[in-house]
Amino acid sequence: MADHPLSISWLGEAALLAQTPGPMSLEVQRRVWTLERQLAPLPGVADTVLGVHSVLVMMTDDADPEALIARLHAFWSNATADPRPGRLIEVPVSYGGDTGPDLGPVADHHGLSPRALAERHAAGTYTVFALGSQPGFAYLGGLDPALATPRLDSPRLHVEAGSVVIGGAQAGVISCSSPSGWHIIGRTETVFFDPNRAEPALLAPGDRLRFVLQEVRP
Amino acid sequence: MIRIHSPGLGASVQDLGRSGWRAIGVGSAGAMDARALRIANALLSNPETAAGIEFTLGGFEIEAETDCDICLAGPEAQVTVDGQRQPRWWVRTLRRGQRLRAGHARDGMRIYLAVGGGLDLPEVMGARATDLKGGFGGLEGRMLRAGDRLKALRPRLGASELGFGPSPRAFPDLWDAPQTPLRFIPGAEWDDHDADSQALFTGTDWTLSPQSNRIGYRLDGPVMTPRIRRELLSHGILPGTIQLPPSGQPVIQMLDANTAGGYPKLGAVIAADLPRLAQAPLGRALRFAPCSPAEARAAKAEEARMIDTLRRCTAPFREDRP
Repeated sequence: MADHPLSISWLGEAALLAQTPGPMSLEVQRRVWTLERQLAPLPGVADTVLGVHSVLVMMTDDADPEALIARLHAFWSNATADPRPGRLIEVPVSYGGDTGPDLGPVADHHGLSPRALAERHAAGTYTVFALGSQPGFAYLGGLDPALATPRLDSPRLHVEAGSVVIGGAQAGVISCSSPSGWHIIGRTETVFFDPNRAEPALLAPGDRLRFVLQEVRP
Repeated sequence: MIRIHSPGLGASVQDLGRSGWRAIGVGSAGAMDARALRIANALLSNPETAAGIEFTLGGFEIEAETDCDICLAGPEAQVTVDGQRQPRWWVRTLRRGQRLRAGHARDGMRIYLAVGGGLDLPEVMGARATDLKGGFGGLEGRMLRAGDRLKALRPRLGASELGFGPSPRAFPDLWDAPQTPLRFIPGAEWDDHDADSQALFTGTDWTLSPQSNRIGYRLDGPVMTPRIRRELLSHGILPGTIQLPPSGQPVIQMLDANTAGGYPKLGAVIAADLPRLAQAPLGRALRFAPCSPAEARAAKAEEARMIDTLRRCTAPFREDRP
């Protein structure tokens, strides 16, 4: 893992953050999944939180941080890719219209028609690298690099849950209504987070997602 | 039953927050000054996990619709019950029809009302804290409003009217929090700053920007510039994390913060000092000092011992009551 060294830092007195640099790569993330799986059951580990190319390790009060740091390095140097196939989840999307107000401007930005942009977005298979930021939100890899679009200069104060978005080189679906600076190109009825379900989040790391084009509205 | 006549500037149901859900993006929420809520619950012999109400800056008014034992914790806010002064860190019985009013806190930001047994609300994902982002927990996942009514799980600890609390002589820190610097553990990108920039962080009297809330505290002061600028991928962050966005103005993540972020991190405020930060009034000078993980763990253990002492000292008030 010489090209992807693991750096470990403290995040307060009760957590260690293990990170390896970008750019975002599924191959590296598969090793990070392996690392996280090996760490989770260790004594002294209270909780683990996956990030993109990172694991946050929350420790119990009686943990031995030095021992954990040594284990992290040892695990990482031997970590092989976690082959987890994940589930394939289809997400029907209505592109454009009042619930996808940025489809036109983003298409213009790339010199495409709104339909061509929607078709390219729906052609990809996206992989859930990690969940985080807001309840049920997934960091997705797999956006066609040609569709990468710089974020809005100033974020919208309220973006509805179910909004299908592009921010920089990332694709996503807003899982809880919130402010966001990502471009809204469509809307899905799929519910990504429900606190009353046994599994509140729809997605898990390793799942694959396909957007299914239902309609393109002007 | 407690009725909210006025919630003041912002009130919500909080406990010590959720744990174990950060991996799906659900943060802890919970009391900003967890220490104050823990003390109020300890004095009432409540479970550690009992939920109470967090009020912002005071200015609230509540009424007991049935008799209820309560304890107020946090900064002084000229609280009265039917016009009579009500001390803080004091357990008492509110009789049916009695009204409790708070003025404005000057030396702090958050006032806690704990009730006998804690608030009777369902746990959602393991806690009763209000998750405002997800819109769940607490009362209907929202801030409290005038007219809301909240039930206590065990409104009366016993038959007789209560009135007790710790003495300021034995627990002076409850009345006058120490004004020492807030301790932090340097984080991943601290060394991206040269010695001058690090000294700027620890040598500045920072003030809290008015744009500070349960999500994050923004520090007003000089602009900090790292030697190295990094583009980071999204990674897990925690309450207390001190981020430095490209603007150069530090932001400290608080209890309602996102579970992941991508800005460089100067470090994280230690758990034992997070309650003091949460209570810092707008405009008050704040200093930061680096500390070791061992010192931070010792400070946390000391806080736990203090709360345990308060719990044991007040246990007799519980034990002789069925």
